[in-house]
Amino acid sequence: DYKSAHYLSASKDLDVGTRFRPLSLDVPKPLFPVAGLPMVQHHIEACASVPDIREILLLGYFPAQQLQQFVADMIAAYKIRIRYLQEYQALGTAGGIYHFRDQISSGNPDAFFVLNGDVCGDFPLQEILNFHTSLSTPSLITIMGTEATRQQSTMYGCIVEDKETHQILHYVEKPSTFVSNLINCGVYICSPDIFKRVGEIFNSRQDFYSCEDSEGTESIQLEQDILMPIAGTGQAYVYTTDRWWSQIKTAGSAIYANRHYLQLYHKTKNERLAVNGPDKPTIIGDVYIHPTATVDPSALLGPNVSVGKNAVIGAGVRIRESIILGNTTIQEHSCVLYTVVGWNSTVGAWTRLEGTPCDPNPNKPFAKMDNVPLFNAEGKLNPSITILGNDVKVPSEVVVINSIILPYKELSASTKNEIIL
Amino acid sequence: MGFGGKDLTLGNMKALILVGGYGTRLRPLTLSRPKPLVEFANKPIVLHQIEALVAAGVTQVVLAVSYHAEQMEQELAQEAQKLGIRITFSLEEEPLGTAGPIKLAQSILASNDEPFFVLNSDVICDFPFTQMVKFHKQHGREGTIVVTKVEEPSKYGVVIYDETGKIDRFVEKPQEFVSNKINAGMYIFNPSVLKRIECRPMSIEKEVFPYMAGDGQLYAQELHGFWMDIGQPKDFLTGMCLFLNSCKLNNSAKLYKGPGVVGNVLVDSSAKIGKNCRIGPNVTIGPDVVIEDGVCIKRCTILRGATIRSHTWLENCIIGWKCIVGQWVRMENVSVLGEDVIVKDELYVNGGMVLPHKSIGASVLEPKIIM
Repeated sequence: DYKSAHYLSASKDLDVGTRFRPLSLDVPKPLFPVAGLPMVQHHIEACASVPDIREILLLGYFPAQQLQQFVADMIAAYKIRIRYLQEYQALGTAGGIYHFRDQISSGNPDAFFVLNGDVCGDFPLQEILNFHTSLSTPSLITIMGTEATRQQSTMYGCIVEDKETHQILHYVEKPSTFVSNLINCGVYICSPDIFKRVGEIFNSRQDFYSCEDSEGTESIQLEQDILMPIAGTGQAYVYTTDRWWSQIKTAGSAIYANRHYLQLYHKTKNERLAVNGPDKPTIIGDVYIHPTATVDPSALLGPNVSVGKNAVIGAGVRIRESIILGNTTIQEHSCVLYTVVGWNSTVGAWTRLEGTPCDPNPNKPFAKMDNVPLFNAEGKLNPSITILGNDVKVPSEVVVINSIILPYKELSASTKNEIIL
Repeated sequence: MGFGGKDLTLGNMKALILVGGYGTRLRPLTLSRPKPLVEFANKPIVLHQIEALVAAGVTQVVLAVSYHAEQMEQELAQEAQKLGIRITFSLEEEPLGTAGPIKLAQSILASNDEPFFVLNSDVICDFPFTQMVKFHKQHGREGTIVVTKVEEPSKYGVVIYDETGKIDRFVEKPQEFVSNKINAGMYIFNPSVLKRIECRPMSIEKEVFPYMAGDGQLYAQELHGFWMDIGQPKDFLTGMCLFLNSCKLNNSAKLYKGPGVVGNVLVDSSAKIGKNCRIGPNVTIGPDVVIEDGVCIKRCTILRGATIRSHTWLENCIIGWKCIVGQWVRMENVSVLGEDVIVKDELYVNGGMVLPHKSIGASVLEPKIIM
């Protein structure tokens, strides 16, 4: 049987989730809802549907009480053992797994999945498991890979594959020159034997840093410290998928992921999508509306909209390509496009919220989302998804375009291309 | 009183309205209709002026134009009949400036000894034509100019005059404050003025008035009440607000009262307004306009036959004839739609100037001209 370990603090820096601000200022990023469910719940759901999964472990640096309720809800929903293991400092993906190796190894699982907290996609977990377990020579780690464009590949971990055996011949993280357009998806399946390998590396680093202060010495990155050396030894494999895959690093990418996850519901979770009906709002395309949300029948929603718990959508409101989080009110006749509206916010009447999508180039096969910096070369804000943080108040009849409004702010006028602190 | 309420003792006066050229500053509206016929507060601009002239005793109006005006001739012929006056056109082969056209129309203007009016076609105000005649006959000199107070006189030419009204001089765009009274574009002249003008391009401000003032023959009369030159969209809208305010002060019955109306609003009886709208303050809605449910309109002119679809929000706009503005549209910042423009649903137009028969499918985030 199997386990899965979800690494919730995927970045190396100690300030986790800063690129996801302001949405991560009040809520841990893994709990941010996309298509109606917290990001990490999509992972849990994918794992829980693999038969023989015995336990799901969430590893992270967030204080335990921030995730307590969520874990309880997940156990109740999926009827599977789930635990949150809090790191005492940010340990990096490999460091975290190594630190909690006893918990992961307990019960002698045959293998365990590892997922980076900020990846999203249509994960073929059963397929990668089958691939891993049917290999003639055992794999310490099998990586899920996908194809990227030549240009974008250098922003990810690049995998050079032996086309016949699918062994990884070479691995390098974010090279400065082109190596391969097969990239690391941040989803792995590992044999428990990998801990021995990680232990060797850990110990050798301890010796090296023994006279320095201990901050940061225990941080071991799976990609640089484990995969790179294992590549070429015949113990690492890659499983390539062409199903949808992306990362959620910025709030803008949440809109993109929202759209794709909503689309995935058609396959197995069709009941989550809103349908048209008498006394119901008009729905175009894929829309998720939380059962406790109130939406006026004269509203027009979709495509690609998620409306959160207890949200209130007024008469004649138009929402498209947006995420409306819980407890938020959008008053009558307003128009919300390409926007994330944070929890507990109020948007007045006849107001327009609009952002600019930063989707991958649809004309380029395998194109991924571009990592557009916040500011352009002239120091101006690059057009992006409009984001309202938690508890923001927007008056009636104003326009908010390509702007980021921090939590608890009460706007008094229209804003365009600005960050409102 | 007599026919049409005009004072017959004033005799058969004449008026010349300086229409001039193509009205380029009021494009894109003037690409479809000659400027004098663009409806201001639901009535062609020139008709506001003509009706006021008629009430002051004018029986013949000459429109000085520098391009062929068949459309105007046709439409105004009907109005002329209704009002019982003659409207003729004086066509300048080459543009004659602000004074030349007066000479060109000499045969009509000087056909008797009565003084005649000359007005700039872009002026809207509480027309003081009757008072002008009184004052002019009182001082008995050659010319009377109406002056009006403005907030920023250095943008214009100011008029310096004494307590009797006798004009001393004009100062063009003064750097320091000398006066806040400017030429309001309305004059009365005795026919003798024609001796001072030649039939060539001539500026009345530069080549006629200074000499008249030097001879002590030019007097200023202060205008009370609102005044606006509505030759460009921003001022057109400001003028509309002033006009509506004046309506309120004088004749409130014209203003529209209904559900969702705020402040001064003028609505043609054939227009239809939906539910849950907020119309006003300062809105004029023309004939056959359809406003759907949940629309909010502030400080706008909506011309004949336009449709504003539901949940849209408009502020500071001129929506041209027969336009269709989609649902959930936001337009602001002196956006002007020419005739028959379509704005698709859910767009944002910020200061967009759209030429006729255009369909807009993308937002206009910063002021721009859309051809």
